[in-house]
Amino acid sequence: MLNNLLDFVPEIPVADGIDWLTDEITDMLSFVFDPIKEHFGNFMEFVAEDVLMVIPPVIFILIVALIAFFVSGKKFGLAAFSIVGLWFIYNQGHWDNLMNTVTLVILASLLSVIIGVPLGILMSKSKTANAIITPILDFMQTMPAFVYLIPAVAFFGIGMVPGVFASLIFATPPTVRFTNLGIRQVSNELVEAADAFGTTGAQKLFKVELPMAKSTIMAGINQTVMLALSMVVIASMIGAKGLGREVLSSLQRAEAGTGFVAGFGIVILAIIIDRITQNMNKSKA
Amino acid sequence: MPIIEVKDLSKVFGKNKKQALKLVEQGKSKEDILKETGSTVGVNRATFSVEQGEIFVIMGLSGSGKSTLVRLINRLIEPTTGNIYIDGEDLSKMDKNALRSVRREKLSMVFQKFGLFPHRTILENAAFGLEIQKVSKEEREKKAKEALEMVGLGGYIHQKPGQLSGGMQQRVGLARALTNDPKVLLMDEAFSALDPLIRKEMQDELIDLQSSMQKTILFITHDLDEALRLGDRIALMKDGSIVQIGTPEEILVNPANDYVEKFVEDIDRSKVLTAQHIMKRPETINIDKHGPRVALERMKEAGISSIFVVDNSRNLKGYITADDASDARKKEVKDLKEIIKTDIPTVEKETALHDIFSIIHDTPIPVAVVDDGKLKGIIVRGSVIAALAGDGEVNLEHA
Ligand SMILES: Nc1ncnc2c1ncn2[C@@H]1O[C@H](COP(=O)(O)OP(=O)(O)OP(=O)(O)O)[C@@H](O)[C@H]1O
Ligand SMILES: [Mg+2]
Repeated sequence: MLNNLLDFVPEIPVADGIDWLTDEITDMLSFVFDPIKEHFGNFMEFVAEDVLMVIPPVIFILIVALIAFFVSGKKFGLAAFSIVGLWFIYNQGHWDNLMNTVTLVILASLLSVIIGVPLGILMSKSKTANAIITPILDFMQTMPAFVYLIPAVAFFGIGMVPGVFASLIFATPPTVRFTNLGIRQVSNELVEAADAFGTTGAQKLFKVELPMAKSTIMAGINQTVMLALSMVVIASMIGAKGLGREVLSSLQRAEAGTGFVAGFGIVILAIIIDRITQNMNKSKA
Repeated sequence: MPIIEVKDLSKVFGKNKKQALKLVEQGKSKEDILKETGSTVGVNRATFSVEQGEIFVIMGLSGSGKSTLVRLINRLIEPTTGNIYIDGEDLSKMDKNALRSVRREKLSMVFQKFGLFPHRTILENAAFGLEIQKVSKEEREKKAKEALEMVGLGGYIHQKPGQLSGGMQQRVGLARALTNDPKVLLMDEAFSALDPLIRKEMQDELIDLQSSMQKTILFITHDLDEALRLGDRIALMKDGSIVQIGTPEEILVNPANDYVEKFVEDIDRSKVLTAQHIMKRPETINIDKHGPRVALERMKEAGISSIFVVDNSRNLKGYITADDASDARKKEVKDLKEIIKTDIPTVEKETALHDIFSIIHDTPIPVAVVDDGKLKGIIVRGSVIAALAGDGEVNLEHA
């Protein structure tokens, strides 16, 4: 009897609906997706293969070490770690994979920031935007990241570009949230001070709110970068080149050794990026 | 024309604005309106005007609506009803652009917790108002430096606000407001966060600044002493309404109702009341016309034992005691000049009660209040004590 009640409504074709929607979007927007896929794909390849890989590894390592040295307030720890860590990756023959991964992470993070910061500003200024975007962000972050791969492949085929797309969805929310939070946290008196002196909206934003929110926004960006990095392995499932793909193929071939070596590479990269972005925040705050 | 004119200005916080407003118009209290509608009346039909060059103080207890009122005047808070005229222009009807230019050119605000931008240097803070008006860097920094120097902060211009003490930070706040060269300074409890000594120093400086620059100042405080020190006029607020507007003396001496009286009760009246408030009309005789006989008669009539002597233009010459006068009559001395005494205790009209104490304490005759050598009034011991007790008769026509 009770079961009948539950069965009263036949199964709702949600999955079919989403399939249909994905197909429709793919068809309708292919004039957008196709050029993105082509040009952005080419661009990423260019960055990875014709820029990053052309730089001699020694120089690259030294540049990273120098950046680490200066952002950490002229301390040697992080710089030394960067040198040893990056040399280890080179030593294990993963340099090209590293460059591909770096390309993916940097471009995905950059796009996340370019999209995320304005969205966060919008949320902080408009109650309506805040009410609409907050649940979407929750959804984006709690949905298992793998799921995004499916429409990503439908839209952009396989390769780096769908990886960036999936990463964008997965990694943008912290930047949006922290930007929103950072601006809302600016003390009421400072906002009043800005208004009382007759600022325009833009002046208030750029001269008061964003500078005051900077360290909070940077904390969000740091999280975004780390999430983008965690997408590297997942994105390799749809053909993005890099360290993640090594992990994946060792998994398929049950080779623990190569799997861990590639995994170490990701960890090293994660630590370097994390510490550098965190220190950038501190030294400027 | 007054520089600020506020007419029937009300602010209701909350949802049932219309309903609350009706009740406001019916004269219901803030408490009743909150009960009936759930809305808070921040400001209740405030009406007042501030003249050019005046320091107008708004005083009231916490929650009485002072901050709301001052923020209505530059429309940081939108009025629910009523009008605000700045230089005759109705601010409440202005569009954003017009409002912005009034804020830039005519009104500057100083905040309780200073409201300085921590990421900017002192100089950049002080130059902020001109920066957003797109004044060139050179020019705005020049003006900012002048303002900083005016408040005694020539030295620290490249430091961040966090490196300065509270008193210095508020000087920056003041300089930032002055850099714009506004007509009006709006100061919301600007000195409340400072410790008492610094606070007094800042009050003195504000008075100096005001007298040298002739700014109009709207000063908010919850401290009566501060209000009395600074205010040319004081408006007392309670539950969003203005309950009395008057000069410090008027408020002290003739509190409009119990509320004001309570407020005034604790004040040290000896520092606020001055000689002119308690002086009485003196009995005098004229040295150029009268002799001992008239003097004696007048003293008898008034029941006093001494009388002040003036000349034709009321310049104070001295006094004569009853004893001396009757002696003189017996000896048939005609000229008062022979018996006049000149060791008169005198004070100015502006001498504070506080300082009259010690003088009146060791003199048998009344204290003379003189202005430019002319006798204006006398003070007897009894009226000093009565004034301190708060129930003496006090003259306001001199205030
Ligand atoms: N944004 C707001 N929303 C709702 N009610 C408010 C708001 N701002 C002020 N009020 C209410 O308006 C009344 C007046 O507040 P206001 O801040 O003007 O008082 P005040 O005299 O400045 O007090 P204080 O001395 O504590 O600064 C209070 O009852 C307060 O609760
Ligand atoms: Mg207040």
